[in-house]
Amino acid sequence: MSERKIGTASGRACVLRGNDIDTDRIIPARYLMCVTFEGLGEFAFEDDRKEAKGNHALDDERFNGAKILVVESNFGCGSSREHAPQALMRHGFTAFIGVSFGEIFSGNCTANGLICARLSPEDVTKLMESVELDPTQEITVDVESKTVSSKAGTMKAEIPEGVRNQLLEGTWHATGVLLDASAQIEATARQLPYVNTFVEISD
Amino acid sequence: MAGKNLFNKVWDAHSVRELPNGQTQLFIGLHLIHEVTSPQAFEMLREMGLSVRFPSRTFATVDHIIPTDDQKRPFADPIAEEMMIHLENNCREAGIALFDTSSGRQGIVHVIGPELGLTQPGMTLACGDSHTSSHGAYGSIAFGIGTSQVRDVLATQTLAMGRLKVRKVDVAGKLGRGVYAKDVTLDIIRRTGAKGGVGFAYEYAGSVVESFSMEERLTLCNMSIEGGARVGYVNPDEITYNDLKGKAYAPSGAAFGRALSWWNNVKSDSDAEYDDIVEIQGSEIEPTVTWGINPGQAVGINQPIPRTSDLPDAERAGHQEAVAFMDVRTGEPIAGTKIDVAFIGSCTNSRISDLREAARIAQTGHVASHVRALVVPGSQAVQKQAELEGLPEIFQSAGFEWREPGCSMCLAMNTDRLKGREICASSSNRNFKGRQGSPTGRTLLMSPAMVAAAAIRGNVVDVREVI
Repeated sequence: MSERKIGTASGRACVLRGNDIDTDRIIPARYLMCVTFEGLGEFAFEDDRKEAKGNHALDDERFNGAKILVVESNFGCGSSREHAPQALMRHGFTAFIGVSFGEIFSGNCTANGLICARLSPEDVTKLMESVELDPTQEITVDVESKTVSSKAGTMKAEIPEGVRNQLLEGTWHATGVLLDASAQIEATARQLPYVNTFVEISD
Repeated sequence: MAGKNLFNKVWDAHSVRELPNGQTQLFIGLHLIHEVTSPQAFEMLREMGLSVRFPSRTFATVDHIIPTDDQKRPFADPIAEEMMIHLENNCREAGIALFDTSSGRQGIVHVIGPELGLTQPGMTLACGDSHTSSHGAYGSIAFGIGTSQVRDVLATQTLAMGRLKVRKVDVAGKLGRGVYAKDVTLDIIRRTGAKGGVGFAYEYAGSVVESFSMEERLTLCNMSIEGGARVGYVNPDEITYNDLKGKAYAPSGAAFGRALSWWNNVKSDSDAEYDDIVEIQGSEIEPTVTWGINPGQAVGINQPIPRTSDLPDAERAGHQEAVAFMDVRTGEPIAGTKIDVAFIGSCTNSRISDLREAARIAQTGHVASHVRALVVPGSQAVQKQAELEGLPEIFQSAGFEWREPGCSMCLAMNTDRLKGREICASSSNRNFKGRQGSPTGRTLLMSPAMVAAAAIRGNVVDVREVI
């Protein structure tokens, strides 16, 4: 059940400014009224886009066709809804570059083969300025070398080692790997007293 | 050698193996599911030709989409009904116990787990909901997961995870009158910021936490994620054990005694090491209210909303956005802000002690004429207990609506929603833009007692003036 190996993501970038952009904003709760993730792409940031009246980064023509979303800090905080990365993925994004990410959001990204790469605040500022100056440039996130390359130069990125390996090995869809340990799962369950309603403990 | 904290003990006991990528394959002792984040996971399992590995270790309920006015089937909203049917079919096919409205045990997933004694010390617990951290109140390691991870737990009862760092949050001394667990969590988030806890599990400790009831501990752990921490927990003690005695799924008889020795063993050692320690004086915490668009944007009831110019450069843009959206005046206190709606409910504050405290204040007056106020119990058990105590009559005669159990206006996936620019005094956990169902609606988070007081005065008020 191995998936494709993800070594890099390349493409044009979109600059979305703001700290603490939560998953309710990425996909409002009314779009969680569904039993499939299909079709969520068009609703990404719907309320923010309406509020911005055409001035939202996702509606900025300069960023049309962007594959990489450059954000600031704590992007994707809040609700665990996987609908958020699903909506962004279906909108066309394959990687996120930012100062920091909500933990559940970044885990959900990994589970879908999307990259979350962290840069220092200074580098995010430089990258944003560079993309705004030349939105046509190609940005590359390299998982292997943990770098982000753009006209602003090559920047050192942070990707947790376990996640980096999952992407590089193609084991980001974790089920197959987890299933491999079938006997060990049973053994762990046997050792946990509460799983066995505390019958097997002897004081 | 230094001792171990509870997080690391529980983590190690549940470690199936170290994965080649360096992560841990972690056994999940209890898995809770609901109708919103599970249907896609079951579909993924079907596509992979897999079945549920340990169906007896997963329990389901319906909470997010359920109406709170009329819960008769079929639900008025056809999509809500469709989601309910998916949950029923998935649970039936997999052999998973479902607590629906006919069970007498339905309710918000983070209310019913503890209520039924499913949540126990020393467990790992996962649910496709970020407020799963609530269950840490019992000394479990509990965290929210996405739908792909729900799939992994269904298929294998395990997850691939990286170990978290542990921060001890010590709340010393005593709380003042009119200061509640909700104020403690809002104060912690205000101090550490909405992202201050990313990468950490929080161990809540100190005399304030030790003296908290289980319901207060649930409120405290519930909002860990609002400060960025995926996990929050309290070491189990006599209060925990007394609470568990006699609950439906808690061990009983001789097994309870054997459970006690296991539970006592998972507590943090007195010389345990932590990656970080934060100390807060309980006496310094005031009734706390959020004024902005993330839960870290909060102030003590009598403190001024910060001015943009007082903040570091990096925070100014976000601050200005919040001030503009909320239309609040900086440099002035939040007290006195006129409200349109009052909501008492949610996985943070919908338990019986919350409702008792709110009812005590509701008794002192009547909901202001311009305010729409609703009380939504967290579960059918809370509802029943409240009825036994006559709370619905108190609320109703004071002008509050008394509803059926569910998540309701915390995230507005049913018809309980703000309209337009309404401002809501809310006992829930998130003040994000649009969270309560109107894209332009505004939320002020506070304790249930503060919500009740605001409902009666018609504006935000220091609850200490009322009790």
